Amino acid sequence: MYRYDAIDQRLVDDRVRQFRGQTERFLAGRLTEEEFRALRLRNGLYIQRYAPMLRIAIPYGLLSTRQLRKLAEIARKYDRDYGHFSTRQNLQLNWPRLEQVPDILAELASVQMHAIQTSGNSFRNVTTDQFAGVAADEIVDSFVWCEILRQWSTFHPEFSYLPRKFKFAVNGARADRAAVGVHDIGLHAIKDEQNNVGFKVMVGGGLGRTPMVGFVIREFLPWPHLLTYVEAILRVYNRFGRRDNIHKARIKILVKERGPDRFREEVEAEWAHLKDGPATLTHAEVERVAGRFTRPDYASLANQDLGKLANVPGLAAWVKRNVHPHRVPGYAAVTLSLKKTGVPPGDVTSDQMEAIAGLADRYSFGELRVTHEQNLVLADVRQDRLVDLWREARALGLATPNVGLLTNIIACPGGDFCALANAKSIPVAEAIQRRFDDLDHVFDIGELDLNISGCMNACGHHHVGHIGILGVDKNGEEWYQIQIGGNQGENRPGGPGPALGKVLGPSFARADVPDVVESLIECYLARRDSEAERFIDVVQRIGVEPFKEQVYGKADQRSPRRQRDAAVA
Amino acid sequence: MARLIKGRRAVSETPPSPDEKIVRLEPADDPAAVAGELATASRVEVNFPKFGDGRGFSIGRLLRERYGYKGELRAVGQITRDHLFYLESCGFDAFELREGEDAGEAVAAFGDFSESYQASVTRPLPLFRRR
Repeated sequence: MYRYDAIDQRLVDDRVRQFRGQTERFLAGRLTEEEFRALRLRNGLYIQRYAPMLRIAIPYGLLSTRQLRKLAEIARKYDRDYGHFSTRQNLQLNWPRLEQVPDILAELASVQMHAIQTSGNSFRNVTTDQFAGVAADEIVDSFVWCEILRQWSTFHPEFSYLPRKFKFAVNGARADRAAVGVHDIGLHAIKDEQNNVGFKVMVGGGLGRTPMVGFVIREFLPWPHLLTYVEAILRVYNRFGRRDNIHKARIKILVKERGPDRFREEVEAEWAHLKDGPATLTHAEVERVAGRFTRPDYASLANQDLGKLANVPGLAAWVKRNVHPHRVPGYAAVTLSLKKTGVPPGDVTSDQMEAIAGLADRYSFGELRVTHEQNLVLADVRQDRLVDLWREARALGLATPNVGLLTNIIACPGGDFCALANAKSIPVAEAIQRRFDDLDHVFDIGELDLNISGCMNACGHHHVGHIGILGVDKNGEEWYQIQIGGNQGENRPGGPGPALGKVLGPSFARADVPDVVESLIECYLARRDSEAERFIDVVQRIGVEPFKEQVYGKADQRSPRRQRDAAVA
Repeated sequence: MARLIKGRRAVSETPPSPDEKIVRLEPADDPAAVAGELATASRVEVNFPKFGDGRGFSIGRLLRERYGYKGELRAVGQITRDHLFYLESCGFDAFELREGEDAGEAVAAFGDFSESYQASVTRPLPLFRRR
């Protein structure tokens, strides 16, 4: 856990005071709606469909149990007793009151938390691999780099009014578990032949209305240059990013309009002025930040044979899906699933938060991580206590053994909550989970990412789901477009890299979505070489066409109803 | 109600004399294009036509840090107290607030934040080099 120093704390307190003043000025009519909108969004406050929504930052998804208990308390005191973990590793409250938000921020500040820059045209929460610091395939501890970027991007005087939101992702391991290819800037730590650490820098990726995979602007940026280089990128973007059209304001559009080569030249020209300047990082600073993270006091243990746990009924599936390798012998990382059928993905009640804090205290050194797949991770669990943890987690409904499988659905809050949504997401997720309620079958299908967004803003990351579902509005009705072949990133070294899904064809009514998913799965099962060949691998090998035929039939075989639906859509 | 701030104090505007040379930049303008005029300018104005348009922050830094401008650098347009801390960090030393803002009250906003992590015009070294 990163511990604030006196200055970190003072700045967060300064912000609470500033926002309290801004709220008072707005309520007194001294700030216009438009002005206050820009200011409140910088503090995570949206005005939503039914109520305000407050997005609380969980920097790089890392959370202490003291903080989680405070979140439970806030949800109980100021909201309706629950919160929603988002794909940006943050927590959203759906029912706070505008006048009380400054008080909520003050409560957050008391546990070194805030809602700074969780929305608006600013730097958003830096996200990373949920196994940072414990992964067996780690190159660097990405938390340290995320914190360096958090400080650099907090209240940046020059870049506080960007053309549009800006998202960094950092990956510090061999496998990409941070989806770096689909962020405004993605940083993938690597080592050169002399063992020097640097970053592969990708720019201009992102989902939303115009999904794009980022381009590699630098194959290897030595770490001391990290801040001056991103400063150069941001200056080019701040000056030349489009501000005339909100839908064309992300950096990806600037990159696309200029072309990667010209964009790179402009960045390099800017960097020539900044390189080796005072913002060049030093060993001392990296060590200082690293030193402010608490480290678990691991016991000296030997690895256990987890295969033996298969004797306990029900446990084998959980060990296979929800228990992950750890770099320290005798330990494992565990995913607590927030994807139980019937519960909106990512939702947790205050009682559950407190119970989870209890688990983290007893089993994982009082810390936990939020994943971008909307689950929670206990990163440092002793292998000899896995069975006990499983029993407790199961009693709390947090042991659904589906991590990486079809029912581990990513979904945005959708039309049930969000003012932007065209369609609901949560009932679609639930209908699919109910259709695939046979765990053996879900295991047989194997690894599959299914992501659902309620509108093209893509908070549910549908473009990078192996199966992606997008809610669309057709003449006031909710329809669902389905795409396949998307991929978050190279989360298996040597496997497929980041890719955007391809739309299958005309969209479907909500009631038909589980049928369509089932039909895609049938097509996959019939065509895979072996169980080792995943859905995404088959799509990559045989393309979209066979799936299309399976779903819509060959053009001359389509059912009259489908043809009618297709015509409407 | 005074709307102009200079030297962190509310002041009343005196109309410019005819021999004063004012260089004015819009958000899309390139400061490099006026680099030759800076030595003789009595002030440079950078316009912020919309509340959320942040291009002028980069312009301010470039004028100070790259083109060596030392004279009065004034932010004009939709400026409220909420911008003052950032604007000053980016090199502005004069601020013409939007209508309805009270300069006398707004000067308190220079203290909105007690520190900055980043290097800027007012803090040429980032915090990590000053610890």
